[in-house]
Amino acid sequence: MNKLDLDWKPLALVPLLALLVLPFIGSSSTWVTLTVAGLAMGMIIFIIASGLTLVFGLMDVLNFGHGVFIALGAFVATSVLGAMADYTASGSLWTNLLAVLPAMVVAMLVAAAVGLAFERFIVRPVYGNHLKQILITMGGMIIGEELIKVIWGPLQIPLPLPEGLRGSYYLGDAAVEKYRLLAVIVGLLVFAVLLWTLTRTKIGLLIRAGVQDREMVESLGYRISILFVGVFVVGSALAGLGGVMWGLYQQNVIPQMGAQVNVLIFIVLIIGGLGSTTGALIGALLVGLMANYTGFLVPKAALFSNIVLMMAILLWRPQGVYALSR
Amino acid sequence: MLNRLLSHDLPRSRVLAVLLVAIVLALAFTPFLVPGVKALNVAAKVLVFIVLVASFDLLLGYTGIVSFAHTMFFGIGAYGVAISLTRMGANWTALAVGIGCALVLSFVLALAIGLFSLRVRAIFFSMITLAFAAAFQTLASQLSEFTGGEDGLTFKVPPQLQPSFELSSTPLFGVDLDGRLLAYYLLFVVAVVLILAMLRIVNSPFGRVTQAIRENEFRAEAIGYRVVVYRTASAILSALFATLAGAMLAIWLRYNGPDTSLSFEIMLDVLLIVVIGGMGTIYGAVIGSALFVVAQSYLQDLLRLASEATSGLPWLSALLSPDRWLLWLGLLFVLSVYYFPTGIVGKLRSIKPRPPQPRPPTGQPRQTPALDQ
Repeated sequence: MNKLDLDWKPLALVPLLALLVLPFIGSSSTWVTLTVAGLAMGMIIFIIASGLTLVFGLMDVLNFGHGVFIALGAFVATSVLGAMADYTASGSLWTNLLAVLPAMVVAMLVAAAVGLAFERFIVRPVYGNHLKQILITMGGMIIGEELIKVIWGPLQIPLPLPEGLRGSYYLGDAAVEKYRLLAVIVGLLVFAVLLWTLTRTKIGLLIRAGVQDREMVESLGYRISILFVGVFVVGSALAGLGGVMWGLYQQNVIPQMGAQVNVLIFIVLIIGGLGSTTGALIGALLVGLMANYTGFLVPKAALFSNIVLMMAILLWRPQGVYALSR
Repeated sequence: MLNRLLSHDLPRSRVLAVLLVAIVLALAFTPFLVPGVKALNVAAKVLVFIVLVASFDLLLGYTGIVSFAHTMFFGIGAYGVAISLTRMGANWTALAVGIGCALVLSFVLALAIGLFSLRVRAIFFSMITLAFAAAFQTLASQLSEFTGGEDGLTFKVPPQLQPSFELSSTPLFGVDLDGRLLAYYLLFVVAVVLILAMLRIVNSPFGRVTQAIRENEFRAEAIGYRVVVYRTASAILSALFATLAGAMLAIWLRYNGPDTSLSFEIMLDVLLIVVIGGMGTIYGAVIGSALFVVAQSYLQDLLRLASEATSGLPWLSALLSPDRWLLWLGLLFVLSVYYFPTGIVGKLRSIKPRPPQPRPPTGQPRQTPALDQ
């Protein structure tokens, strides 16, 4: 592709939105706080949404059950962090990270394992039939949510941040919460790894080729179904990781959180264009920023800000900002 | 005559016809056949669900798109009646105003959702309806001075429908002729009219086009039908019928709250009934609703018994607890989509030996849904 063909307009949306609200907020330190918070939230949402968009792009499967893996990750984190209370209670940041890291790893492993089973038993029999996929994965979502209730109970469980991650750093007057900084770092890390895998490795090449033209990749002798299972499992693991981040961000977890976050990531995917990774990042950042700005400016309208944003984007580009040509 | 009423869309299976007649008769004479308030409540719920599920079938079975905001429209109808009767007093004008406003709101919302999401791919519609439904549910509980919040609204219906109203002082066949009975028969008549109207719609040229779109969107577009227009129109019609079903529910219950009309559980019930009854057959809604609503209470009792019986095994007991009702519903749903995609009506129509029957000269479309492509 010619470098000049780069579609830059969507990329400009995020800074544009941030600059546009600056005069409304007034104080620049508040603006910095809100922007960082929004970017952190957007990064977490991106971690969750990236797996879903890849699965859709590669296999044309829209998984309405993706939310289950988010909730699962968060609940596993409550168990792991609960068991490591000594580490989370200490004030040292590094000891805390020693507790959060295993929680993330375990959550990802569990989500990946469940994702493998989910793909095998729920999704595989209905490839190529959108109507059935929507119905079946929705059913899987409900079953998963109920099983979480059976295991962890139906009530809200607190997921307090470890001591060292509470509080804020100060950039001049602007307060930046430590945890949000961590979220941005983890999000950027995931994005970098994802981007590197997708653009610099053979597997990434195959995935991108598969998204463009699945049959051609198959006819070249690659077993794309195995590749797909891999993407599905990695996507589930990322959702599990996102669930841990989201749970710590909200500081509590409920079994219904999967369904709630599901709504958010669907909005993100529609904004970004189904199947596009960069689009998902832009969508996630926009949604995160929008949620924080409206939460500050007009809390009553925060509920509908994302829907309004989505509508505006769809008016501009009916397929989402980066559409797969299909 | 009957043929005209059913829009030439006969059950096409003897067993099915017998079942349908039995259900209609049972619903028509419930107040006289089974005494007691509970039976009447169950029958009224069946009537409401028949309309709600059939309206969903218009969208899922006949047009092939999945909406998760169907309970939103159902809730709009119920809230329209509840709010207007609370604010304007218990009279028929208020009822009409409430239903009218609800229909207008549903129309506008369905039009907006349809135009925004159906332009590109039908799958957008499912995602966007999910977002709308979630936002609307939160909105309904937030606007508490208007909707009663989590507590909901309890209100009075017009005097002729209240239990204290007496049509005649002498009971007929041992049944008091009071306002409740009138309300029940109002629901019954409305349900019959709405079902016949929906049968008319799906068997009209418009219905043929939506089914063509369901079977092959690309081809329908190529023949010259504007797919997005037909799909949006179908979404609007379905939303309007769901709104009326919501109004029926509110009139019967004289109460409305988020859990009675907006909860996702009802959405799941509707999905399950459509699949079990048979997608793309309005009759499936009738049979499915009757079966499901009646079975629901008994199954939950059964679960409670099983849970108590297995109390020695805490884990199993937790699985069987009535609180986990949704788990079994979800499981049943997934299994029926896999193994029972044509539903009861589809099964009945496929097993019977086809008797020679006069068919209308225009070719009947394939009535089984497009699940097994």
